[in-house]
Amino acid sequence: MLTFWFIVVALMLSVYVILDGFDLGAGVIHHLAGKNERERAMILRAIGPVWDGNEVWLLAAGGALFCSFPILYAASFSGFYLPLMIVLWLLMLRAIGIELRGHLDNHLWRQFWDFVFTGSSAMLAIFFGAAIGNVIRGVPLNAEKVFFEPLWTNFLPYGRTGILDWYTVLTGVIALVALTVHGANYIALKTIGEVQGRARRVSKLGGWLFALLGLTGIVATMQIRPQLIDNYKTHLWGWTIPLVAIGGLAAVNYFRARQQDLAAFLASASAIAGMLGGAAFGLYPKVLPSTLGEQYDLTIWNTAAQSYGLRIGVVWWTIGMLLAMGYFSYLYYSFRGKVTLDSEAA
Amino acid sequence: MDNALLIHRLQFSFTITYHYLFPQLTMGLALLIVILKSLAMWKKDKQYDEAARFWAKIFGVNFVFGVITGIPMEFQFGTNWAKFSTFAGGVIGQTLAMEGMFAFFLESSFLGLFLYGEKRMSQWAHWLMGVMVFIGAWLSGFFIIATNAWMQHPVGYTTAADGSLHVNDFWALMLNPWVFWQYVHNMGGAVVTGAFAMTALGAYYTLTRKNIAHGQLFLRVGITAALAASLWQAFPSGDGQGRNIVRYQPATLAAMEGLYKTEANAPLVIIGQPNTAEQKLDNPIFIPGALGFLTYQRWGAEVKGLDAFPPDQRPDNIPLLYYSYHIMVGLGTIFIAITLIAAFLLWRGRLFHSRWMLWILMLSFPFPYIANTAGWMTAELGRQPWLVHGLLRTAHGASEHVSAGNGLFTLLGFMGMYTALSILYLFLMGREIEHGASHPIHQVEGERTLSPQLAPAIGD
Repeated sequence: MLTFWFIVVALMLSVYVILDGFDLGAGVIHHLAGKNERERAMILRAIGPVWDGNEVWLLAAGGALFCSFPILYAASFSGFYLPLMIVLWLLMLRAIGIELRGHLDNHLWRQFWDFVFTGSSAMLAIFFGAAIGNVIRGVPLNAEKVFFEPLWTNFLPYGRTGILDWYTVLTGVIALVALTVHGANYIALKTIGEVQGRARRVSKLGGWLFALLGLTGIVATMQIRPQLIDNYKTHLWGWTIPLVAIGGLAAVNYFRARQQDLAAFLASASAIAGMLGGAAFGLYPKVLPSTLGEQYDLTIWNTAAQSYGLRIGVVWWTIGMLLAMGYFSYLYYSFRGKVTLDSEAA
Repeated sequence: MDNALLIHRLQFSFTITYHYLFPQLTMGLALLIVILKSLAMWKKDKQYDEAARFWAKIFGVNFVFGVITGIPMEFQFGTNWAKFSTFAGGVIGQTLAMEGMFAFFLESSFLGLFLYGEKRMSQWAHWLMGVMVFIGAWLSGFFIIATNAWMQHPVGYTTAADGSLHVNDFWALMLNPWVFWQYVHNMGGAVVTGAFAMTALGAYYTLTRKNIAHGQLFLRVGITAALAASLWQAFPSGDGQGRNIVRYQPATLAAMEGLYKTEANAPLVIIGQPNTAEQKLDNPIFIPGALGFLTYQRWGAEVKGLDAFPPDQRPDNIPLLYYSYHIMVGLGTIFIAITLIAAFLLWRGRLFHSRWMLWILMLSFPFPYIANTAGWMTAELGRQPWLVHGLLRTAHGASEHVSAGNGLFTLLGFMGMYTALSILYLFLMGREIEHGASHPIHQVEGERTLSPQLAPAIGD
């Protein structure tokens, strides 16, 4: 039951990153792929009908986290107070950047909101990556299962740690590059002509950077938390997960060369799923390690709600998930195909 | 109260008050838009479709602001109220997670289809999209109410060894006696907001003689909905809520009514001024015996005053609670009066030329926002000093390790951001209103002449 919910939360967070990740990536390449206002409007139309539903996965995952591991929810949200507030602001800015841009037929207005959209998307990608870095590195949880981290201390990932140190900045940059490639793949899938061409080029270049940084990230992670490899040693089937990540990244390159955009997009989605899944697999059964000592680690056992709630949760969660999958299938199917720029502006 | 606790309370109350300004209009309009689209199909009248399309644009902007101010709320249980989350997460985690799973996915998936997809589907299918958005919005309201209702009247839980609470009866949680009346009263309040907004805009268009046909349509639909909802708020839903308070939160009732001393044949005070130092109401205007009658349905009933409860179990800010409650009830009464008169004039075919009434309707639209806010303040201040009634005090629920400095920093940040958002919102709304409905409408004269399409509708 606890393992089930660990997988559920990890899965929902991964789905969030895969879906809203391409919205964020689209924001990052907004000015790279869209060289005039018409092209940038096309990029926004590509994500317009779906970005809000994609973002809901973050809230739904947060809700599932609160429901199944309330102590983890309370400890992590209050400990990560400042970066969470920053993320909230960035989410707000991203949302209005997208939604308000089309409301005024004014060049300055559009320029401003394009900038807000791009900036907030890039910063969100970095912060989400840094968040994963913090979880892997650990935080100063004490016996009361609480911590509070300042935004930075001395940028070293041990001792008195801060939200940002060289390791979490690295994971932040990796996330930025990964989501840029993923977003570029989505835009290439949904557009034609010059915009598509530029998106494909960003994906190609980004792919190499992703591979390089990814490798660096693995090396760094082995320094920071070598225990992550333990589960892989005892459960050899776990190696399939990072293989999916590596295979996904290679597949992006393969399909990119053949200009098969849908396959490239699914490949980058797999790469992201593999990375996140691999981290979760290595972390299990811890949910948030402590830098003050293993005895203070938060695990699935010392943070969970009681079994009754977890059991009935399986019932309504399954129903809700099936419905959600239905809604999303219908939504994406309805807006399938390339975006066009008609009078029904975003 | 120490600084940190006060700041956490201020931040939550500020962000939730601001946030709820948007969903109340969203939920009210969601219903009204479904009504407009249903009327369009039933009466085969394009004007109702145009009206629905116009209000959908307002709805879309409003929805986004609701989302962006809503995300901080889900986070804030954890960031600023970590001890509460640890204590009660085993119960409210259920309702909040269900809100995400059932309501948010539904409304956000179909909103895109509703706002952007009309051209690519049949009229019936587009109507269905509107219904799905409506259900999603109203489900969201349900799960939030279920959460708050549990905090007001905890049920269906068991206590773990570490003192935390966990659900042990799902249906008890969902069918908490507090839920039903709180939900229908809250949704009624949202319909009041939506209906008054529609009415006010209809009055504006009629007064300024632009988009007159749409203006009159907005007035007809708006006033009908506003009257029904305003009556609903008083009875049965307000009364139903009141009965819950009498039964389960008697100290709150005493505080709301300014009843400092237990009394048989307790009076209903229309207005007065709570005097905390002397524990009495100054200058009360009251109806003798009416409170006893309202609460227990018989004259001469004794109602417990605040003196019947230990001081540490009474709400900690009685004047604010008292005034919030009286503002809500006062406004609610005024809404009934306004909508009754307006409906009468509409029925007699005189509304569109009653400039005095159109002015009143146009200027009334901010007041449902105030009434809804006052109502929520009543609920939340009434629950004090408890966060979970009878089980966890507010003072024991805040995040201990988030300092006052950090809290103040983010509180000021929210205030600044929300000020900027307000300006943006008003600017955009103003433009939508000036832009009006997408099709040009005849400028028409005379009270009974409407555009040809609406001719069959005269007299309704």
